[in-house]
Amino acid sequence: MTLPTLSRANVAALAFIVAMTAGLLAAPLFLKTYGVYLLSLWALNTVAAIGLNLTLGYAGQISLGQAAFLGIGAYAVAILMKAGVSFWLGLPAGVLLAFAVGLALGFPALRVQHHYLAFATLGFNALVFLVIRNEEWLTGGNFGIRVARPELLGHSLRSGIDYYHVCLAVLAVTALLVWLLLRSPWGRAFACLRDNPIRAESLGIDVRSYTLLAFAIGAACAGVAGAFLAPLVNFIDPSPFGLVPSIYLLLMVIIGGPGRFFGPFLGAAIVTLLPEWLRVADVWYLVIFGIFVVALMAFCPGGLLAVPEKVAAMRAARRSARGSAAGQAGARP
Amino acid sequence: MAEALALADVVAGYGQSTILNGLSFAAEAGRITTLIGANGAGKSTVLKTVFGLLRPRQGSIRMHGEPIGGLEPRALLARGLVFVPQGRNLFPTLTVRHNLELGGTTLGDRALLRRRMDAVLERFPRLRERAEGQASALSGGEQKMLEIGRALLLEPKVLLIDEPSIGLAPKVVAEVYALLRGLAESGVSILMVEQNVRAALGMSDAAVALEQGRVGLMGPAAQVLADTRIKALFLGGGLAAAG
Repeated sequence: MTLPTLSRANVAALAFIVAMTAGLLAAPLFLKTYGVYLLSLWALNTVAAIGLNLTLGYAGQISLGQAAFLGIGAYAVAILMKAGVSFWLGLPAGVLLAFAVGLALGFPALRVQHHYLAFATLGFNALVFLVIRNEEWLTGGNFGIRVARPELLGHSLRSGIDYYHVCLAVLAVTALLVWLLLRSPWGRAFACLRDNPIRAESLGIDVRSYTLLAFAIGAACAGVAGAFLAPLVNFIDPSPFGLVPSIYLLLMVIIGGPGRFFGPFLGAAIVTLLPEWLRVADVWYLVIFGIFVVALMAFCPGGLLAVPEKVAAMRAARRSARGSAAGQAGARP
Repeated sequence: MAEALALADVVAGYGQSTILNGLSFAAEAGRITTLIGANGAGKSTVLKTVFGLLRPRQGSIRMHGEPIGGLEPRALLARGLVFVPQGRNLFPTLTVRHNLELGGTTLGDRALLRRRMDAVLERFPRLRERAEGQASALSGGEQKMLEIGRALLLEPKVLLIDEPSIGLAPKVVAEVYALLRGLAESGVSILMVEQNVRAALGMSDAAVALEQGRVGLMGPAAQVLADTRIKALFLGGGLAAAG
């Protein structure tokens, strides 16, 4: 029997995934309750950012409304659970609702692009936020809704560590599905859409359907994250689903590296965890965080995962400049 | 000789501006017809309108006698009309193989796609060698070969190609033209837009010189190339002034 040969990059990626999984599984042994909660939040933020990375990074459609889909997933589950429906039935309902609304939000993208599309999605987020806040009879408004942790196969997930493992499993399944999608002809069609829609159309790629799907699948990922977020926090109110959280989700994708598979993992870690680590800096933490983001965008707009490539390119340029300078010196009489 | 493409009184443009002003000409089957003209004469607009990227406001477009005006690109690809736009048309983040595979998006049959891909890679050994590499790493000439190879996946009846020589070294241009000549001899009808008039008309069967969205001159390529009025077309002043 012959084993499939793996390239060095694949071996490195595999080793990274194994090390990361082992580290994440072992993390609760070294963390207090709040640390485990933060890691659960990171896992769910990563799921939502993976969806936005698909829409923005791979398909090139900017969206400033991702937190609204998080809210749709979260409120669908919370409202259905309040009505006595099981979480496990509320979950697909929330995801389907986010998918359907995402599909509808894709229609403006068929007409406008770039900053116009950004504002169209921003307007959509504002609309969803207002509905959540003002329709008290349904959503509880600013008073919110209490959400209990669900049971899984008769086992209560009330423990923070158990629920953390569920969040990790949700992240693993979402990441695997999106990875498979990106390796399929669909993933390549998304890349064509981002690179040049006219070229894509001239090859017969159904630009219209793929644009709508890029929004819908990205929204469904946020719906999944939102559905699991409600029981994580045990309570939901409108605040995590407004414009600022949408910008944070966008920041996760941009910081990590749009169009890079592991970008959302890193971006979500920085946006979710860095402010906590910087708490020692007291009131200065937002200043430090802000400077870090400005510096990153100024010097490496491709995100943190593009830094090694940028450094390698700079080294190559320096080597070639040194080589040509030496050549010129050698040519002198 | 049968007509592969026939345009009659076609009016088309972008927004408020009209580029094609009642354009009528025909391209014969199995021949290379080249569209020439000054910048802004409407050459690329003709290809975009025929391929359905731009909807004609008036007039008719027929392919082998069947009306195709206003059809979507996907429907036209299914009928064997393929378009290679101007400039670099590859997706740089994808591999050569994946770029090639995209040409068969409308085939819908994986086994057929694989067979056709094998045939194209057989025809272009350099692409086969670099099939798993990034498309952006190919030279300009190889990229153009890949674009043409991608168009061949659908075994086109009519190939629309916009300025295939742009940005290529003269030796590579000769290779691309030889490839197009071979395709025409195998029965593919080609409607090409070119700025490189002398070289393009040297390998074409027929030429259509556009002036402000209408036909200025039309006829066998050698005859159009020898026409003294061709200079007026590119230097301004118009054909009427040149007599």
